[in-house]
Amino acid sequence: MRPVDRPVDTLEIEFTINREPIRRAVPARLLLADLLRDELGLTGTHVGCEHGVCGACTVLLDGVPVRSCITLAVQIDGSDVTTIEGITPIDGLNPMQRAFKDHHGLQCGFCTPGFLMTLAGVDPADYPDEQSVRELLAGNLCRCTGYENIVAAVREVWHVPAS
Amino acid sequence: MKPATFRYARPETLEEAVALLAASEGEGRLIAGGQSLLPMLNMRLARPAVLIDVALVAELQVLARERDELVIGAGVRQRTAETSAVVLEGCPLVPLALRYVGHLQIRNRGTIGGSLAHADPTAELPGVAVALDAALVAVSPRGRRIIAARDFFLGPHTTALNEDEVLTEMRLPVLSTTRCAFLEVARRSFGVAIAGVAAAVRFEEDGRVAQARLAAIGVGAAPLRLSSAEEAARDGDLGPAERARIAAAAVEDTERLNGAGRDAAYRRRVVGALLSRALAEVAT
Repeated sequence: MRPVDRPVDTLEIEFTINREPIRRAVPARLLLADLLRDELGLTGTHVGCEHGVCGACTVLLDGVPVRSCITLAVQIDGSDVTTIEGITPIDGLNPMQRAFKDHHGLQCGFCTPGFLMTLAGVDPADYPDEQSVRELLAGNLCRCTGYENIVAAVREVWHVPAS
Repeated sequence: MKPATFRYARPETLEEAVALLAASEGEGRLIAGGQSLLPMLNMRLARPAVLIDVALVAELQVLARERDELVIGAGVRQRTAETSAVVLEGCPLVPLALRYVGHLQIRNRGTIGGSLAHADPTAELPGVAVALDAALVAVSPRGRRIIAARDFFLGPHTTALNEDEVLTEMRLPVLSTTRCAFLEVARRSFGVAIAGVAAAVRFEEDGRVAQARLAAIGVGAAPLRLSSAEEAARDGDLGPAERARIAAAAVEDTERLNGAGRDAAYRRRVVGALLSRALAEVAT
């Protein structure tokens, strides 16, 4: 990330997306979520509430989960971004995705990429029991499942005992 | 919902940030994590002409113990402070309160200074600052000044900062022998608080209360120091009867306020109940 010593309308930024380096000029007002979806075609990142409440737009920024709808594209200059496309194997599903499927942890699927990115950006060792898993998932809203099946999927993959 | 157009600068030093803010003549806003500002930009509740990103300003990244003070730079991310050993040892009330700030995804981006300067009446860090008599440091072209927390929060989203001032750090008293609790109630787990309390209590060797610092959030236009409750707690043992008396004093403290907003009577009862629970926590 380099300094910008006077106010600009557009800025050329450099970042990596799913390990691929990119350099691109972006308007100052562009949201990271819109850069991903509209400019890079990575439509797995979903845009729900657009004010940081629902978690559907969660991506990893330098390895930790953040809300891409309340992050500006110019703010990720020099960073590493990972989206749901970056953690999905070409030939199928990763273990957490498979557990969501097996446990019916999704219905409409709109919130699912956000949940999966939150889970991908934390250390399971920090969430040893069901209560801590539920607290972690509080930052992502799901209107279909009632959460029980999502929790069941996480418990299976992370070997969390039932409370 | 997308932000209106603005121009963007990213200064490298505090001096440059101050100069850019002054040059914007009231049309500029500082951005660090942006976790309070971006929702306002998206909803166009804020339409600054210039955003000044302080991500590179090293002066705002201080996180250190200086004699009997803990200094947390305005640009330090909430998650960094929440998990910092220096913060935990120096002022355990801070990580207890930060746990309730937004969700993990928000705290990974949001900063200490952003939360203070945004001055939401239900925000946790302003409550901590008021409870502990924190000093807030601001820098402008006219120099540096220190603002006491009790003079800093003037109302919803309104602080004592002038439009050309940059909040640079929060200075807290080191509370290594103090027991702390922070509790709040929200509609959604870890969502926006309805009301909350911050408690930091120092005990005498015989177990009686030497000093209690107590504050409430969500019951007024700004965080409220619970002075009558602090007085009621002095020399007591925080047993069940004592706690009920202190909680009643806290509810009385909140009744001095006007403009507590929606469900004021409920919020006041919540403060009483939470304070009683918080004191039970620190007493054990």
